[in-house]
Amino acid sequence: MGSEFVTLSLTPLLIGIFAAVACALPGNFLLLRKQALIGDAISHVALPGIVVAFLVTGAISTWPMMLGAAGAACVAVVMIEGIRRLGRIEPGAAMGVVFTTLFAAGVLLLEQSDTSSVHLDVEHALYGNLESLIWLDGTGWGSLVDPQALAYLPVELPRMAATLVVVAGFIALFWRPLTIATFDEGFARTLGMRTELLGLALVLMAAIAAVAAFDAVGSIIVIAMFICPPAAARMMTNRLDVQVGWSVVFATLAAVVGYVLAGYAPLWLGMADAVSAAGMIATISGVILAIASVFGPCRSRAGAPSGV
Amino acid sequence: MQLSLAQQSKQTAEEAAQETSPLAIRGLTVSYGEKPAVFSVDMTVVPGQMTAIIGPNGAGKSTMLKAALGIVTPVSGRVQVFGRPLDHQRGRVAYVPQRASVDWDFPTRVIDVVLMGLYRDLGLLGRIRASHRRIAHDCLDRVGMGEFAGRQIGQLSGGQQQRVFLARALAQGADLYLLDEPFAGVDAATEKAIIGVLKTLRAEGKTVVVVHHDLATVRDYFDNVFLINTRKVAEGPVATAFTAETLQAAYGGRLATAQIDQIASSA
Repeated sequence: MGSEFVTLSLTPLLIGIFAAVACALPGNFLLLRKQALIGDAISHVALPGIVVAFLVTGAISTWPMMLGAAGAACVAVVMIEGIRRLGRIEPGAAMGVVFTTLFAAGVLLLEQSDTSSVHLDVEHALYGNLESLIWLDGTGWGSLVDPQALAYLPVELPRMAATLVVVAGFIALFWRPLTIATFDEGFARTLGMRTELLGLALVLMAAIAAVAAFDAVGSIIVIAMFICPPAAARMMTNRLDVQVGWSVVFATLAAVVGYVLAGYAPLWLGMADAVSAAGMIATISGVILAIASVFGPCRSRAGAPSGV
Repeated sequence: MQLSLAQQSKQTAEEAAQETSPLAIRGLTVSYGEKPAVFSVDMTVVPGQMTAIIGPNGAGKSTMLKAALGIVTPVSGRVQVFGRPLDHQRGRVAYVPQRASVDWDFPTRVIDVVLMGLYRDLGLLGRIRASHRRIAHDCLDRVGMGEFAGRQIGQLSGGQQQRVFLARALAQGADLYLLDEPFAGVDAATEKAIIGVLKTLRAEGKTVVVVHHDLATVRDYFDNVFLINTRKVAEGPVATAFTAETLQAAYGGRLATAQIDQIASSA
């Protein structure tokens, strides 16, 4: 395991880990605010945004696509708020309505536009293309210190790493107000906190993570990582800082185990082809959640310490 | 049009009271939909005393408190805290929300909740020092919860949770304490502990305002009452403002006349 690992597996593995952790971090707070579905919503509405960006620019290039996805996310957030207030329905239902509608609109738009010349389709949007993010110039561990080889790293890797730094930095900097405002918004406001801005910033961070990850690994991982690692981590502890730590561990574990199993498990089972890494990573995160729900030490809510 | 001398002096006395009042509210109107929840309410809280805000369910008691604190945005009205706008006086105000307003499954311990009361000292990134922990532990001791510091908050009884909220407010070290239904659904021991703490605060010269629902304890606990039913009904010392007439006006048909007479005459 050396040069081949560096060329074929190192970058997809790192991108998968960065994407998983970048989504899991804000997911902790979204889950506690009962807004976990927002990651789901954002990753779905990214599709019409990207299609519109493609139709406008006529090419698949990174920044227009990211801007299109971000713009669609903003439209979705406004629509969700509008429907919630005008229709006076709960946020979960408003999100469900908005993201399915926009995603469906994106599919129609995609069908009607001529995207045959480029790599843009619904499968790509769902599963991403983690396995293809290989590093051809990475011919061995030595390439990690070779500037020429590093220049040809898949662009998704530095982008996902930067996203992770931004998201983690935001949560570290605003840890205290985020915690207080998530637990008790009214009290936070009496302290003079602008809780609505803070909530918006959190959703914005989630949107940045979702759009960046969507581009690299597809929406399935995004949706799974916003919910599964934080939810599993909640079963492991009754302290928020420890919970966030566990969520990072679980997200990383899901990315690594999922990637490896996607490549090798079908071979062990005698099947010829590998399966989708994105699908396997998301599945593993679900399995981790299931295990934590059965064996986690803090899974009983509202009350009795374990064993009572 | 000329004001008489008597009117003028009355007006200046009122202005002076507003200047020094821990909480002076003028023309406060709050609306959640088309119907106002609180309409054109004035309130001048007396310093160093305990005041109960009383009224039937849905009368706007909590809403008025939340609007005064900037938690909900009023349609109109002016709020002054110790003679200045609230934003300049946040450090002098402590707030205890209704216990049911938060999710007690939140992954945090009792001591962490109390430390939230020190946020204004700690700021974004300030380190929690031994001195901060000592303050938090002292506040827990004052409400009789010292031994529960390491517990997860979901493992506490309702009354214990209420006392943790009070401890957090104590940690804020404020001059004005606003409490929303602190006695709702708590056990007798908790009620006794809370009222003991509030009376101690009053003895220290602090001002306490409580949204209160139990008419039977008003006389025992409070110096002043503020009766509200969307509009202000009465305001003043218990002896003069908490009467059969004012209760009748605030509660209308919701309390039997016999009940009102009993409460009003139990002085």
